[in-house]
Amino acid sequence: MTTSDVKTTDPTDDPAGAGGDAAATSGLSTAPREDDSVKGLGALGWARWTWRQLTSMRTALILLFLLALGSIPGSIFPQRSVNAIEVTQYIRDSPTWGPILDRLDMFDVFGAPWFSAIYVLLFVSLIGCVIPRSMQHARVLRQPPPKAPRHLSRLPQSRTATAPPEADPQEVLDLAATTLRKRRWRLRAAAFDGTTGWVAAEKGYSREVGNLLFHISLMGILAAIALGSMAGFSGRVIVKEGTGFADAIPSYDSFTPGRLTDSSDLPPFAFTLDKFTAAYQRGGTQNGAPREFSATVTSRTTPDAAPVTTTMQVNEPLVLDGVKIFLVGHGYAPKFTIKDKTGAIVFQDSVVFLPQDGNFTSTGVVKAFDTKPELALQGFFLPTAAVDPQRGPYSSFPAPDNPAVFLSAWTGTIDASGQQTVYKLDTSAMKQVGIKSLIPGETWTIPTTGQIVTFDGFVQFATFSVARDPGTGLALAAALLAILGLTLSLLVQRRRVWVRATRDKAGATVVEVAGLTRSEHASVEDELDALVAALPVVSQPAHGSPPGE
Amino acid sequence: MSVNESLAQTSNYLVYGAMAAYALAFIAFAVCFAAAKGRELPAAAATPDGSDAVLAGSVATLTRSKSGAVTQQTASRAAEGDGSLPPLPPGRRAGNIGMSLTWLGALLLAAGVLARGLAVMRPPWGNMYEFSTASALAISVAFLVFSLRRDLRWLGVFVIAPVLLTLGLAVTVLYTAAEQLVPALNSYWLYIHVTCAIVSGGALCVGAAVTGLFLVADTSERRHRAGRSYWLEPLAVRLPEALKLDVMAYRVNAFVFPLWTFTVVAGAIWAENAWGSYWSWDPKETWAFITWLAYAAYLHARATAGWKGRKAAVLGLVAFACFLFNYYGVNIFFSGLHSYAGIK
Ligand code: HEM
Repeated sequence: MTTSDVKTTDPTDDPAGAGGDAAATSGLSTAPREDDSVKGLGALGWARWTWRQLTSMRTALILLFLLALGSIPGSIFPQRSVNAIEVTQYIRDSPTWGPILDRLDMFDVFGAPWFSAIYVLLFVSLIGCVIPRSMQHARVLRQPPPKAPRHLSRLPQSRTATAPPEADPQEVLDLAATTLRKRRWRLRAAAFDGTTGWVAAEKGYSREVGNLLFHISLMGILAAIALGSMAGFSGRVIVKEGTGFADAIPSYDSFTPGRLTDSSDLPPFAFTLDKFTAAYQRGGTQNGAPREFSATVTSRTTPDAAPVTTTMQVNEPLVLDGVKIFLVGHGYAPKFTIKDKTGAIVFQDSVVFLPQDGNFTSTGVVKAFDTKPELALQGFFLPTAAVDPQRGPYSSFPAPDNPAVFLSAWTGTIDASGQQTVYKLDTSAMKQVGIKSLIPGETWTIPTTGQIVTFDGFVQFATFSVARDPGTGLALAAALLAILGLTLSLLVQRRRVWVRATRDKAGATVVEVAGLTRSEHASVEDELDALVAALPVVSQPAHGSPPGE
Repeated sequence: MSVNESLAQTSNYLVYGAMAAYALAFIAFAVCFAAAKGRELPAAAATPDGSDAVLAGSVATLTRSKSGAVTQQTASRAAEGDGSLPPLPPGRRAGNIGMSLTWLGALLLAAGVLARGLAVMRPPWGNMYEFSTASALAISVAFLVFSLRRDLRWLGVFVIAPVLLTLGLAVTVLYTAAEQLVPALNSYWLYIHVTCAIVSGGALCVGAAVTGLFLVADTSERRHRAGRSYWLEPLAVRLPEALKLDVMAYRVNAFVFPLWTFTVVAGAIWAENAWGSYWSWDPKETWAFITWLAYAAYLHARATAGWKGRKAAVLGLVAFACFLFNYYGVNIFFSGLHSYAGIK
């Protein structure tokens, strides 16, 4: 048995002996020390003090809690980033509180200055905490375990035993070292010098490594979010069956660019929606619930690339040139033909009607500008038309079992105030001239002006969300590393064990074995037991108190 | 795909059967708890300065663990591990019956959940009813798994109560007939996400029960030391020492936290697949984030001087309350991308 690969130190180089107790715990954790005192006067002293406060565990804890608290309004109030229309509605509905809440950024919580302030502080604290901890741990990783304290039996978890008279103390120590090395502990030893000798061992460094990895990965996640909001974009498009979409900003119904994205960055892909199909539950308590959507699209990544036909489903995005396209919604676009008195066609198209409920009671506006007076039709499209005496017309099922439109006709000047949206009609300079319900193929002659409206049927449309987020990969990698780090940090125990062999006055070899862990819930009792069992010793109670169990 | 109605009906019967078993288990555990011989609370003399209970408690462990006799230690462990040694202390038999009934309840409930899954041919956690029955199963399985390693009869009442409550809510308020899912919910990431959420929830529930009991035991021990009475003392004397409860609660929560983190990440992956953005701050996501932060704060508190012990425990309970709110509150109070998952 040899100790040649174990660092050997002179056991007498800790003459005080007591000093070993403080050293025994040093570097076991890299958690910042709690220290409230201001050292030194003047600005530098205060700056140091402020920095120490900011990077203390207590501050981190409070900031974490504040961040949680600050997120709550984000779930209570509608958020512009999620649903801007709902926010406008909310402010309109509560004229007193709405503007006040708006001033407090309650509708933009996650982009609010006060919310940013919390997480920026948290991350400054995190960086200020993690950098020194990493350096400290890097040092610890290169150091041997601390020397054995003089009185091992004073440590929280310890055993004392006596070796048989024939045992050589050095042999006991060697055996302890071999046993521990076999169990992959890092060792340091001091050879028996005639009175005493010891072996120090440490294990579980990956706990601290994991903890640091976790905290560093959190910064990675933040960086990924920043990258996404800088260099990504997202948008929504509505595409009717038989029509297409080319990736350019004007083709989007809504578009949110990243801070560093401009229109020239958009890849030149295009796609057309060939067919949309939906299946719904028929009968049962969930009658009408959607069961399957699919969209057949033909796409090309560049204008001259070969077209590719794909069937898209929810949860299965189409990826074109690094841009992901998701099927997120659908609806109906009734088709109309409008002729003027002379019989000339002044309008012929399908018009997107936006669904208002789960059964696709849809509303929309048809605007015919090329006729005098201008004619607008406003009303409902109902895939399965029904009429309720109180509510009026509504749809009773989402599939087109009995399609119909209910229209009111307006003549005059469309959108006189200059505000134009496709889905709303400004009737300030218009007059209502009649209402009518039509089924596919039916025709309606507008009473005063003689224009002829034909309801030609409908096509379906699909809503796609188009997004590119270059931070996604980084976010995922960082999140997985964070989980790995966290698992190491919470499941690995950092622990130290010492074995000291002493020859007592009677000439017997007394073996003391003790251990220390940092985390309060950990225990080295089992490991001490196993170690003692591996040594040629007769164990005996060290202290009189009975087991606590 | 159609629904197998008779299997769905069988599933309902099995859930009712499980409820009956749990109800009996609850009674047995209650008898066991009531009959247990209370322990002596540490006397006032233990800490003359009336310092923090947990600190005092840790002093107590120190002295305890100094009793280093290997042989004695192992002997006492053997005695602790083997509950069948005669003579049975009072309430022990009731406790054993409670454990057996809990196993029975869990088996019936597992069969019920399985039957529901087979009836609809998909993982049976697509709406609040299915989610709740699976969660009740997760709570009881977490308890049973933890009880394999130590004697948890004293904990039985406090775990079976939330199981029964969850099942009660499930079969009454939240009941939803077996149906297929809306397309957005048809994703294997979703199944991973929800499975992890259910498992985390079950274990966190046990963790929260122990945390609450820690607060009771700790308050009781402090008051006792100060020579004052506490109305929950009869409860506290039947529980393990505060320090042990504290450590146990920490272990459970710390063990689950990485899983909960993974749950949130899996949800984000699913969202990225379904909506094109891995995080969109809808209420469910926001509360998952809040819950996560609250547990992170709890874990930090455990390592921060001045926050260990009671304050950390309160944070742990707040964190679990956030988790519960995300389960039920968000579905009831807020509408968001997640709101199609159950009650209308
Ligand atoms: C983004 C914010 C943060 C989050 C989400 C977070 C989360 C966590 C979690 C979950 C743990 C538990 C792991 C364990 O107990 O070993 C932990 C531990 C720890 N955190 Fe943080 N943390 C954050 C910021 C900070 C900051 C700013 C500091 C610096 C003061 C810090 C210092 C520590 C330390 C020293 C530990 C180890 C505690 C121990 O030894 O048990 N953390 N953190």
